[in-house]
Amino acid sequence: MTTDLFLNIDASSINWARAQFALTAIYHWLFVPLTLGLAVIMGICETCWYRTRDTFWRDTAQFWQKLFGVNFAMGIATGIILEFEFGTNWSNYSWFVGDIFGAPLAIEGIVAFFMESTFVAVMYFGWKKVSPGFHLASTWLTGLGATISAWWILVANAWMQYPVGCAFNPDTMRNEMVSFLDVALSPFAIDKFCHTVISAWIIGAVFVVAVSCWYLMKKRETKLATESIKIAAIVGLVASLGAAMTGHKSAQSVSQVQPMKLAAMEALYEGGPEQGLAIIPGVKVPYALSFMATNDFAGYVPGINDILNGYAKSDGTLEPSVDEKIQRGKQAITALADYRKAKKEGANPALLNEYLSTINSNMKYFGYGYVKDKNDVVPPVWVNFWAFRIMVGLGCLFILFFAVILAVTYKFPKALLQKYDITTLPDWHYWVGILLVPLAYIASESGWLVAEFGRQPWTIQDMLPTWVAVSDVEGFSVALTFFLFLFLFTLMLCVEINILLKQIKKGPEYNN
Amino acid sequence: MNRKNVLYRIYDLYVDGFRSMTLGRTLWAIILIKLFIIFVILKLFFFPNFIKEHAAEGEESEFVATQILNQQ
Repeated sequence: MTTDLFLNIDASSINWARAQFALTAIYHWLFVPLTLGLAVIMGICETCWYRTRDTFWRDTAQFWQKLFGVNFAMGIATGIILEFEFGTNWSNYSWFVGDIFGAPLAIEGIVAFFMESTFVAVMYFGWKKVSPGFHLASTWLTGLGATISAWWILVANAWMQYPVGCAFNPDTMRNEMVSFLDVALSPFAIDKFCHTVISAWIIGAVFVVAVSCWYLMKKRETKLATESIKIAAIVGLVASLGAAMTGHKSAQSVSQVQPMKLAAMEALYEGGPEQGLAIIPGVKVPYALSFMATNDFAGYVPGINDILNGYAKSDGTLEPSVDEKIQRGKQAITALADYRKAKKEGANPALLNEYLSTINSNMKYFGYGYVKDKNDVVPPVWVNFWAFRIMVGLGCLFILFFAVILAVTYKFPKALLQKYDITTLPDWHYWVGILLVPLAYIASESGWLVAEFGRQPWTIQDMLPTWVAVSDVEGFSVALTFFLFLFLFTLMLCVEINILLKQIKKGPEYNN
Repeated sequence: MNRKNVLYRIYDLYVDGFRSMTLGRTLWAIILIKLFIIFVILKLFFFPNFIKEHAAEGEESEFVATQILNQQ
């Protein structure tokens, strides 16, 4: 079965199910990062009001809260559709992981509902009803609630990439949670959370800069735009640098638990020590990949062929070849089938224990038992390679962008930038700020492409490939809902952009 | 009800807030339409629970075992 499913979408249900899930997740992720990013900016604006009691800051906070509200309303429940898709298109997967996946998602739902519904209401309705301190706390807690929601979703996602804290129960055919803390505080989840949330702040900052640039270009709301740009530039620069640091940490996690993903990101077929990081094909920064993966310029990084054929890890242990993993996976599957049959027939406990022992010792390679050709475990290399470069390249661009804005707005160094006034720049400067919004989204979605394409063909790393996880549903019915979603999502996105643009054109409402 | 009562103040926060909404009315209308489409149309007609539809109650694990183990 082909795993190069990005371009070759045919009539089979698995390809449509994957395409539909990707469409829904990408659409959902248009709203989430802006929510997380704007929450920080509006929180800072309101903190300025709380400290100065200058009504300008209250009006500014209310303006960004209004845009936050539009985005928040449009994003509500778009993630729920993913859960519907689990139950219909990915039922084998849902059952196989249900006990573990259900807990973080349930907590996310409860926390999101109670925290966000309470504090969002106070934030919008409570300006004249509650004390300034309580209102400020509610504004920050609205953002914190959204961030905590993101935490649980990312815990669930991280578990699929690095399944920990679980044990497979052959009687129920489910992975059952044995350690909630191992799942909730998985190092992979922590790295993923930090990188994802911090990168979301970049989108918030870029959005605020873009809206402010539009006002400056139109010579209106000058003070709001200037002060907002100052805040967004600081948030954006801190977030861009933070995304680079947390990205480095994420890369190290990936190198340890998903070496194939890292090899695909680099299109590295033959690995070794002292590996360079490719900027573009054929141009490498010496030793940089080894450092990125291992924190050691001489560190060993396995390539795709090394992983396929087996290699010696830096700690001296041997990583089995994919062929060996396939054999062990087949043993687990056969033992599981034999165990279930024997149990039905009332076999003696000694025989059942023998099967259980075989299942347990090979379960970590269970999914490999379904792999017919070892090359099927290689993810689409070109997608990973370029998506990673787009993400990192744009990330570097944002560091430069925010550093320049910060320098211009604060006129530092003074001798060089004294003559620049951010309110009277030529229009093309403002257009650059506006056009960076789509680039910020492209960077963010590229990050998810790396994360999700890089783990193909696994829905659960090494345990369940996509073609086993998918339900036995008609490809036509999944294709039908794919196009239904495409229509609905496009319509809703047009509505959101329309409302957002109207509110931006309308501008802030000044209370004085 | 005593206007200093906490429950009254919470009630007043929401009622007064909803009454004085402007943009919020549009957003709520969109949210409700969206929730109707998601939970009533999509969930009921397009996204049934596959296992519940195909397996008897209590036999879900057997159904999934058949689905998974037969694919080798």
